[in-house]
Amino acid sequence: MEKIKVKICVGTSCFVMGAAQIQTLEFNAPADIADKIEILEERCMNLCKELHTKYNRGPFVRVNEELIEEATYEKVVAKIREVLQKQSCK
Amino acid sequence: MLIPKNNANLMRTKILIKLVESYLHDKFDNADRIPLDLRPKEGASSRCCVYKDRAVLKYRCMAGLGHCPEEETDELISLREYGKQALERTHAAKNKLSVIDIACSACIKSQYVITDVCRGCFAQPCRLNCPKEAISIINGRAHIDPEKCVNCGKCYEVCPYHSVVKIPVPCEEACPVGAITKDEKGKEHIDTEKCISCGKCLASCPFGAIVERSQIIDVLREIKETDHRVVAMLAPAILGQFPGSVNNLVGALKQVGFSDVIEVAVGADITTQKEAAEFVERMEQGQNFMTTSCCPAYFRAAQVHMPEVAPHVSSTKTPMYYTAELVKKEDPGCIAVFVGPCLAKRAEAEYDPNVDYVLTFEELGAILVASGINVDECPEEPFSKVSHAQGRQFPVTGGVAGAVASLVGDKVEIRPEKIDGLTKESIKLLKRYAAKGSENNMLEVMCCEGGCVSGPGCIALSKKAARAVDAYAQTGEQLTPDTKIG
Repeated sequence: MEKIKVKICVGTSCFVMGAAQIQTLEFNAPADIADKIEILEERCMNLCKELHTKYNRGPFVRVNEELIEEATYEKVVAKIREVLQKQSCK
Repeated sequence: MLIPKNNANLMRTKILIKLVESYLHDKFDNADRIPLDLRPKEGASSRCCVYKDRAVLKYRCMAGLGHCPEEETDELISLREYGKQALERTHAAKNKLSVIDIACSACIKSQYVITDVCRGCFAQPCRLNCPKEAISIINGRAHIDPEKCVNCGKCYEVCPYHSVVKIPVPCEEACPVGAITKDEKGKEHIDTEKCISCGKCLASCPFGAIVERSQIIDVLREIKETDHRVVAMLAPAILGQFPGSVNNLVGALKQVGFSDVIEVAVGADITTQKEAAEFVERMEQGQNFMTTSCCPAYFRAAQVHMPEVAPHVSSTKTPMYYTAELVKKEDPGCIAVFVGPCLAKRAEAEYDPNVDYVLTFEELGAILVASGINVDECPEEPFSKVSHAQGRQFPVTGGVAGAVASLVGDKVEIRPEKIDGLTKESIKLLKRYAAKGSENNMLEVMCCEGGCVSGPGCIALSKKAARAVDAYAQTGEQLTPDTKIG
């Protein structure tokens, strides 16, 4: 099965605001998802510039094509599990 | 040491960003909104209520502005006022780690407790091995008499059911030198005489109650409000801290307003040369071992807490020292700002007349974010001085000893050993080496486990940062004992 692409924004704003710490997924992802994901670094997606509140909505992470705002490790893991669940239902 | 997935860290970064924004926007006229912005009424609270959260945030903002919460004289002084006061400073305030007492949850005194898992067994190893006869069996279960218990942990070691737990006080556990202790109300206090400014307590406190004075506003003031040339000295642990190349970062710093950017790895090259020469000299004199001196937290720990180890510490100066010396020689009127992963560097800078301010990577990150600068979109600019492979490898554990070893040559045999992380245990080990001699003769001591890439001021994960440091060191030319630096 194709791996789920987890694109972590590494623009300066997202990186400083916590994307750096979400990168722990590369090293200690939970066992149930570890071999089903591919962690990628994404250059600034300019999302921080479009929104009124700027960086406050970062860090941004995309799980496949779904965007997560104010991403945290927890949120990203939950989204990955959700996507996996949907895939297994199909 | 940076613990991933930690709300207290994230909040500190947000506070710093808000403070820089507030400065850039209206010089703190609206700074009193920051705690409200960070904890809006409708949002969730992390302590008892949003109001307490905001009160704690105010103290954390104070620290960000370079004030010490412990020195508060009037609770009504506003953040706006503290901001204005910060802009009146012309020199960095004395570095200090301090505890926000209302944020300190007064964790219960560190102790061993026997849990429900106890089976009240026949062997009773806990009771028989307790040196203080503190354990008795009550209603078929072991019980520790807190009056007699000395926290030795013997019962914890011998219980076959793992029924004994240790309840630690995280900051006290993390402090390698016993500088943080409870007062009669159970709140923690830091003894500045004992403190080595390593920042382990700050990183370990689950309540974000420990803060240190930031110099972020002082540096911004120098850049924006004076005609001083402000030079950034980037510690070699910078690699991997900001996505984009290190030369993009030079461009970014120029956009912030720094007039020049120099790598501290250049100073680390000088440290390598001098320390290698010193090592040879010491060994030829028949000394048993020498330790590195570049970690300021360890250096101070040796002076204050390990007088028997202090004579073994290399007298070679740190990379920051040599870098600042080069900078000030070329441009005596400039303001030199060290940018690194380390909190103890602030203490070191107080004794170094050539270093004016110290920023952490996190603080630099806050400046970049608040200024809307994206590092990898900035033009690549070169460093004016070129560093070598040896200097570049300093921030990863083993790097300093490796660099020195590469220059010692075959005059004397070098047997390096890494003391990776200053802890109560490694301090004991060092003392033992000083008393009874050491197998190895070149001891590299790093206060932070993993080296400077795990420093409390870092942004990136230490594993990723260490890789970036290694990759950058690979691209550097080899240093020789005679290479002319600077």
